[in-house]
Amino acid sequence: MRGSKIDPFIEQEPPTNERVIMAGKTLYDKLWDDHLVKQRDDGSALIYIDRQLLHEVTSPQAFEGLRLAGRKPWRIDANIATPDHNVPTTDRDKGIDGIVDPVSRTQVETLDKNCDEFGILEFKIKDQRQGIVHVIGPEQGATLPGMSIVCGDSHTSTHGAFGCLAHGIGTSEVEHVLATQCLVQQKMKNMLVKVNGKLGPGVTGKDVVLAIIGKIGTAGGTGHAIEFGGEAIRGLSMEARMTICNMSIEAGARVGMVAVDDTTIDYVRGRPFAPTGETWDAAVDYWRTLHSDDDAFFDKVVELEGSEIKPQVSWGTSPEMVAGVDGFVPDPAKEQDPIKREGIVRALKYMGLQPNTPITGIALDRVFIGSCTNSRIEDLREAAAVVKGRKVAAGLKQAMVVPGSGLVKAQAEQEGLDKIFIEAGLEWRDPGCSMCLAMNADKLGQGEHCASTSNRNFEGRQGFGGRTHLVSPAMAAAAAVTGHFVDVRELMN
Amino acid sequence: MRALKQHQGLVAPMDRSNVDTDMIIPKQFLKSIKRTGFGPNLFDELRYLDEGKPDQDCSERPINPDFVLNQDRYKNASVLLARTNFGCGSSREHAPWALEDYGFRVIIAPSFADIFYNNCFKNGLLPIVLEEKIVDQLFNEAEAQEGYQLAVDLEAKTVTTPAGEAFDFEVDDFRRHCLLNGLDDIGVTLEQAEVIKAYEEQRRQTAPWLFGAGN
Repeated sequence: MRGSKIDPFIEQEPPTNERVIMAGKTLYDKLWDDHLVKQRDDGSALIYIDRQLLHEVTSPQAFEGLRLAGRKPWRIDANIATPDHNVPTTDRDKGIDGIVDPVSRTQVETLDKNCDEFGILEFKIKDQRQGIVHVIGPEQGATLPGMSIVCGDSHTSTHGAFGCLAHGIGTSEVEHVLATQCLVQQKMKNMLVKVNGKLGPGVTGKDVVLAIIGKIGTAGGTGHAIEFGGEAIRGLSMEARMTICNMSIEAGARVGMVAVDDTTIDYVRGRPFAPTGETWDAAVDYWRTLHSDDDAFFDKVVELEGSEIKPQVSWGTSPEMVAGVDGFVPDPAKEQDPIKREGIVRALKYMGLQPNTPITGIALDRVFIGSCTNSRIEDLREAAAVVKGRKVAAGLKQAMVVPGSGLVKAQAEQEGLDKIFIEAGLEWRDPGCSMCLAMNADKLGQGEHCASTSNRNFEGRQGFGGRTHLVSPAMAAAAAVTGHFVDVRELMN
Repeated sequence: MRALKQHQGLVAPMDRSNVDTDMIIPKQFLKSIKRTGFGPNLFDELRYLDEGKPDQDCSERPINPDFVLNQDRYKNASVLLARTNFGCGSSREHAPWALEDYGFRVIIAPSFADIFYNNCFKNGLLPIVLEEKIVDQLFNEAEAQEGYQLAVDLEAKTVTTPAGEAFDFEVDDFRRHCLLNGLDDIGVTLEQAEVIKAYEEQRRQTAPWLFGAGN
């Protein structure tokens, strides 16, 4: 959103003692207070963790640490596991034997062994409930409003869409939570990102969050818990809210949240792990308190006008390097800040792009629709609506759709979305993280440009020398049928 | 965990902002189920000219002579000087494991990403935040003087240059205490087991929907 008319940061005045006492609580303050086990004299606090999600990449050393110290998990039923990063997206009927890379196979087998040994519930590779951890938690109702949720994965912020205190942790902390059900934390600052008004047609949650990151920068939320609010956010589905919270970490904030409302409660109702009967009623009464008070104090406030947000495309190697689809690759000569200028020069060199190239002039080699950011049913519906009756452009090497879970896949097939994709020439795959980070066989070749619905355009992220452009599912679908970026609104009826 | 009280070492300046953890240790090396052995693949895509693979003999690979850590004058550096937002992106603790395994003990930058910053302390690695203009000065000095070393004192919370100029830094008391003493913080938390149990029991009464669902 560089160069747009949107207001800059509004830095709030520091609170006086009186204001601290008088001010209401933010959603984050409420969640923090509810999970505070002990405030320690040195300023750190013990925070209770209601749910830990585990996957194969960041858990093996944690389980090994437990074993070496002779410790047992504190509360088995707080944990749910699934393999997602390493799993292949083809030949899934072969189960673990379908993983060709022996190192990947060992990692998935290790997760199975650890979960079996400690009695932890795991959706294994052949279970229909298997999927990306951040898709299956909400899908199962294992993510409930007001929970504190952690996972050894930075995109755990996704679950904040349910009014949860959810963030990524390192492997040492995975072990700490397994052993103690707590984390040692320091309270973050509060930041409100308000998106006013309504979004235009063809503009999705992904465009909103990319526009936010473009505005505040990749470290704009560091040290803060972000709450996303405003009319535009309130009008979004849970899927779109999850997309936005998912990418909070790309703005530097470990935590991104949306207050609970009817949309949240309707989504959770009836899910396998959700409460029922009187317990449900009691839970809903509590969940309805999970919003910031009107007089709550935020350390930082940022506002955007929803109607000004256009479909976004990233051109560089950091998620803050984005432009509207009608924009251009920037010219480093016009950047005043020497460090930023150097960053642009380096990014353009890696991306093989010339300054001032129109975004719609960037030719593509592959299209990837998937990841914990955009692989839910609504994402697939949006992409299918664009490709329906069209064909993948002749110049593309590959366009693939990777659903977020076995259940998302089944639902998409029930709705006939798989047929739409296959008829258009896209590949219809099995669930997992796939080409978002290319730990399995799905990856970019050197120098290839990819329209990707994932979350990171870092150098080498999708494959050695690969060039990632972050977009929404609708924009990725539009790119698939044209072979370059195009404003999806031109393809919509 | 290895304790760190004082450290003096050679400084390597990495003049690049927003260094992400994918850059520090690329994903193909995350398939290991161990905590050790990541050092040879630290900054793999910057350090070598070919595509790195797990279990490769890195001594045979073509190196990128332009990369700072490949220059003779920075061999055996143990203090990494970096730019803003170091360690952004993925939460992978493999990033501090790789830095530590390579031989770094201290990283100095104007700012760090939150998860990375926290992960460092769990692995005997000290991330130090100094003002941007001080970091600029250290970059200038490290590039101008071959063999430039910095002395870090965690007890006194100071970084001292060869000329004797000392800069104070902030670090929270709990993290400092654990690093100074090489403490396992799980053990420290478990000293509060009774408090955790009491909290849990009360939550079980007031919010029963949070219990028993995952099994």
